[in-house]
Amino acid sequence: MIKRRSFLKIGILGALTLAAGGAIYRGVRGPAPLNRYLLDGDARAVLHAVIPSMLGPALPADPAARAAAIAAATTRVQGAIAGLPLATQKEVQDLFSLLALAPARRWLAGVSGGWAEATPAQIDAFLQSWRTHRIGMLQTAYLAMHDLILGGWYADPSTWAAIGYPGPLKELS
Amino acid sequence: MTNTNIPIAPVSGPIPDPIVAGLASGWRVTDCSRITADQTLDADVVIVGSGAGGGVTAEILTLAGLRVVIVEEGALKSSKDFKMREADAYPALYQESAARKTRDKAINILQGRTVGGSTTVNWTTSFRTPPSTLAYWKQHFGLKDYTPEALAPWFGMMEERLNIKEWAVAPNENNELLRRGATKLGVPTAVIHRNVKGCWNLGYCGMGCPTNAKQSMLITTIPSALTHGATLLTRLRAERLVFKGGRVEQLQCVALQADGLETNGRRVTLRAKHFVLSGGAINTPALLLRSGAPDPHGLLGKRTFLHPTVVSAGLFEQRIDGYAGAPQSIYSDHFLQTQAIDGAIGYKLEAPPLHPLLLATTMAGFGAQHAALMQQFPHIQALLALLRDGFHADAPGGSVSVNSAGAPVLDYPISPYLWDGVRRGLLSMAEIQFAAGAKSVMPVHEQAGVYTTWAAASQAINALPYKILATRIVSAHVMGGCGLSDDERLGVVASDGRYHGIANLSVHDGSLFPTSIGANPQLSIYGITARLASALAQQLTGKPAPKVLA
Repeated sequence: MIKRRSFLKIGILGALTLAAGGAIYRGVRGPAPLNRYLLDGDARAVLHAVIPSMLGPALPADPAARAAAIAAATTRVQGAIAGLPLATQKEVQDLFSLLALAPARRWLAGVSGGWAEATPAQIDAFLQSWRTHRIGMLQTAYLAMHDLILGGWYADPSTWAAIGYPGPLKELS
Repeated sequence: MTNTNIPIAPVSGPIPDPIVAGLASGWRVTDCSRITADQTLDADVVIVGSGAGGGVTAEILTLAGLRVVIVEEGALKSSKDFKMREADAYPALYQESAARKTRDKAINILQGRTVGGSTTVNWTTSFRTPPSTLAYWKQHFGLKDYTPEALAPWFGMMEERLNIKEWAVAPNENNELLRRGATKLGVPTAVIHRNVKGCWNLGYCGMGCPTNAKQSMLITTIPSALTHGATLLTRLRAERLVFKGGRVEQLQCVALQADGLETNGRRVTLRAKHFVLSGGAINTPALLLRSGAPDPHGLLGKRTFLHPTVVSAGLFEQRIDGYAGAPQSIYSDHFLQTQAIDGAIGYKLEAPPLHPLLLATTMAGFGAQHAALMQQFPHIQALLALLRDGFHADAPGGSVSVNSAGAPVLDYPISPYLWDGVRRGLLSMAEIQFAAGAKSVMPVHEQAGVYTTWAAASQAINALPYKILATRIVSAHVMGGCGLSDDERLGVVASDGRYHGIANLSVHDGSLFPTSIGANPQLSIYGITARLASALAQQLTGKPAPKVLA
């Protein structure tokens, strides 16, 4: 019960983090040392829901190929995060930690059930809402997901043929 | 004989690697991510940064016979590493993985972090400082020695040194369409000068030149300095200058891990007669602020300029292949000249190279809309409008500060005056793209659509809400923050490059500029710092400075 209450508290504080820039959140928690951020199970669940909406028809339709592509896209997001400064990795971690909390998912993202149960229409609406949200921090959160997912996807040579990009000169690459 | 702790790997492939050869010949280079004990070094001059300002300064001071130590936060990478892949190049060669941003995350900033700094990854575009910019500096900052005539020999010397010439090859289609569309509208364009020698016209300048054609600091001034005895310390972050009695006593540095994300726990202390800061217009002011440098008039880190840049994408019937060929070869200064320099904000028009990662992240939207656009990748043409900030009371630039962790933070508010330029820039680009035959045009804005006629586009562009985060704004040119003026109320650095109030400290980089340049800044940095470094060499040695030769 105590655990659940503290989770809710973090959820509310997490919302404030996005609204107020993180100062309150970190002030309550105290300064944490910066670490390399590895996507955990909760973050992967969020990404598995968001990636299909972000990439749209760039993903294959065949179920097995689609599942593999979503897994690959998740791995590429991890790769993109790994190159960021640790302070930025912390911001990405805060974003996924927030989205993993049920109250934030429900009230900030508008996704009522769990991420695994969310419909594509719900995820589209969530992304579109944050994309144009009046709270700047939610817009930046959308843009972070946009850049991490789309940037990671199209950086990979396996996606180049589909967009007609021949890639760099083979003799030198 | 080697003087480096970097393992020298044999180079495979058809391109000789001058860095590997230099290391084998005895260059003094220490990769500080590999050091296992704290160190203290003495030198005549310590230079922080190895980009345009640091590279030029290092060569001139070393040739003058001074013992030079160069500090670089990035790693030493070279043609053997440059494989033309965005996924590798951005984390390895750019500040913050090419995702450095203003505090509000509204502006994405491309800046190099590697030996050679931004010159290793820039698009080679070279302009002398425009005379109108220099006239403004004279009038408003008292820089009477910064005339086109006084600077001409220095620009000339660096143009020769770096083989800067008008690009003689036909522009790629991405640039050609800027010329074609503008010409149809009666808007004059011209051909860009580039610092290349034997360029293969590949189009991957932004990921490090794989053929060593780009005459960046990485393969010109830095190798020259190292061959003549300079020492290069890589993966070393300049943390704090220690001041004593109106002088810099030492520079305290922290060594980073190989990937540059964390310190490895080792410290390096550098002592010298003179210190030169060339870390660029975000990191140089930040180092000075962290160090508590004198700033009696509150100017340090202020007036930071970005050439805020907006993007317009056009879709064409024919293939554009914007990834191939010299990235920038055509420009137009027409819209810098249609009004007074201190009137409504002017903008320079150029074209950017198009590569999948950069394009995918730059273009707005998601899902089917974004995928449909990427499907057209070879048919996309793009234009840039670079706003000339710093010449009007409503474009005073941004400000650099340091956060509690000591990291630089850039605030850059966008005034209605700037938004007006954003809107006009998007209009000019769309009109040119339609004149060049675009089937449709997409101003890069979260609320913009895809427009198939100029009438529809102009109506929409005039009606878009111009707000941060909705409008995509980028920058590859950071300038100012340590502005030049002999009047201490107007600038923190004197016209000879020396920091006011500190006897043995100079600034040699783009942070010197009291306004933006109004053109891609690399040649401005080369020419101006060549003059400053030559005067410094003469003061430190008592002999005339050597003239650098290609």
